Amino acid sequence: MNWVNIALQGVLLGGLYALFAIGLALVFGVMRLVNLAHGDLGILAAFITLAFLRTGHVGLIESAILSIVIMFGVGYVLQRGLLNYTLGTDDTRPIVVTFGLAIIIQNALLLKFSADEQGLDAGSIETASLHISKQIAIGWYPLLVFVLAVVIIAAVQLFLNRTKMGRAFRATSDDREAAELMGMNNRHIYALAMAVSLATVAIGGIALAVRTTFDPTAGSFNLIYAFEAVIMGGMGSLWGTLLGGVILGLAQTLGAQAFGTGWGILCGNVVFLIVLAVRPSGFFARTVTA
Amino acid sequence: MSAGGDVTASEAVSVGARRELPAFRVSRSTRLHLVVLIVSVGIVVLLASVPIWAQESVTNTLIILFELVALAQMWNLLGGFAGLISVGQQAYIGIGGYGLWFFGDELHVHPFLAVLCAAALAAVVAVPIAPLLFRLRGGYFAIGTWVFAVIVMIIVSNIQSTGGGSGKTVISAALLPRTERIYGTYWVGLVVAVGSILLVYLLLRWKRGLALTSIRDNTLAAESSGVNVFTSKLIVYVVAAFGCGAMGAVVAMNLLRIQPAASFSINWTAYAIFIVVIGGFGSIEGPILGAVIYFALQQTLAQYGSTYFLLPGVLAVVMATKLPRGLWGLVNSRWDIHLFPVRRGLVLEKPAAQPPKAEAPMTAEQATS
Repeated sequence: MNWVNIALQGVLLGGLYALFAIGLALVFGVMRLVNLAHGDLGILAAFITLAFLRTGHVGLIESAILSIVIMFGVGYVLQRGLLNYTLGTDDTRPIVVTFGLAIIIQNALLLKFSADEQGLDAGSIETASLHISKQIAIGWYPLLVFVLAVVIIAAVQLFLNRTKMGRAFRATSDDREAAELMGMNNRHIYALAMAVSLATVAIGGIALAVRTTFDPTAGSFNLIYAFEAVIMGGMGSLWGTLLGGVILGLAQTLGAQAFGTGWGILCGNVVFLIVLAVRPSGFFARTVTA
Repeated sequence: MSAGGDVTASEAVSVGARRELPAFRVSRSTRLHLVVLIVSVGIVVLLASVPIWAQESVTNTLIILFELVALAQMWNLLGGFAGLISVGQQAYIGIGGYGLWFFGDELHVHPFLAVLCAAALAAVVAVPIAPLLFRLRGGYFAIGTWVFAVIVMIIVSNIQSTGGGSGKTVISAALLPRTERIYGTYWVGLVVAVGSILLVYLLLRWKRGLALTSIRDNTLAAESSGVNVFTSKLIVYVVAAFGCGAMGAVVAMNLLRIQPAASFSINWTAYAIFIVVIGGFGSIEGPILGAVIYFALQQTLAQYGSTYFLLPGVLAVVMATKLPRGLWGLVNSRWDIHLFPVRRGLVLEKPAAQPPKAEAPMTAEQATS
């Protein structure tokens, strides 16, 4: 029964990883950009939330919403003012620039908040659990995060499939020149995609911050988990990122249970390498790799 | 360093050459390169003599410069010449450091020889990893290399015999007689730095070098022209692992200490990227120039902690967007100077009576553009 509990925890953990992965998959799908600062931007959102909370004027929910809105704006400005200029030339520039951004964010956060471990306190929901049977119980909070991931993926997917702007996203993804010829403003579309991406990773960052402690260097690992979820799920597929996240979460929790806590993360990485070896395009690949 | 690649015009194009064409030959070396060769040998000899007349603090600091040069050359070999942007070379730097400890302390190889063994170990590890990572492209390849570095770090931190998270002291190197250790570490560092430059140079002079730059410029076109893309990339990846392994071993020998979080730190990649972006992609000169600039920055700004790391970050972002080919690229576009003869140019044949003047390459081939 213990193993069932652990496996359930792993599945729910996958929801958190999916929250980080959605934005990474979205910007790759729309503009073939791999944002190496993605994880750090999520952690930045957690620190912004913390900063609002510390003012004492707003609660956790309000701080979180403010932070998500700010990250939406940061995404738009960042893409429009900087990252758009790195696209279309070669692969090197966007990688170098986003890596530089990651280093800047990490060190700016270290300067402002020091290397101390921080936490966001959400009160009793953090420890409350739902008893399914006598032996099986799942935490309310992980369940909430998982449901949030499902809702956000569904919402983004609906936006892409049903709205005019979503159609523009898909058109740009398929053929950026043709979309431009049809009168679309690609720079604006890219900026909106990055805005949506950073809003989702902000939710991920805040969800992580409530779940565990975090520090300025936590972003790198989140980027790696998000990346593994995207690759295992299949590039360009949003529902795939949820599956990839769940596989990763399961591998980590089951691995930690079987071999000891230090080895859990390694198990996740090894499962990723196995998937990469036997099924390099992931399970639901939709976008052609550039 | 000269004349090896010269082809006479009569051999190369005589069939198609018309009478009114002036006589020319395809050449890589010019008189400038002879000067460069002499000056470089002079600099290396001067650097080699430093431990004899300078204090230990000077040699210790210069070793850091050697590390940076080797690191940047290897990163640029991957990113600048083969288009493989890696953010995970710290995997091989760490393996090099732990390799020094393993061969030196456990297998009792002499520490200076253990540097070579450690580098070879890094290369051997790279062989099976490369095909797996090559399944990923561009930015995803970059993160893939990072994942590999994290995997190696986790394994090393969780094994008791490598000292776990707190690491090990490299006793075999620490027990060397003091003078031998200080001189030796410095000279090994110099050999690794100069060796990394020569390695990249020879790789580019080799036939495969042209293939590499063609892969970077257009993988599809290179492949359809008969370049074996996979093999070329594999060679570069393994060579870069070897170089980073040697460099990591030098780091460990200089610090006499290895520790997972430091040996496998992502900061190594940060240094490499800053240096190459500042100095210039896709040239041998760029990383050397960048390493010297970054070294100077580091020595003056290190006291400011995190702020000192902010500046190179900003610099990398600005340079990559505004000046993508770096400072050396700027020099190139102004004066068309190439210190290393890796490009082919057409040189006019002077009539035999006149003494040969400066043989400036007339047309530069696009291969290294």
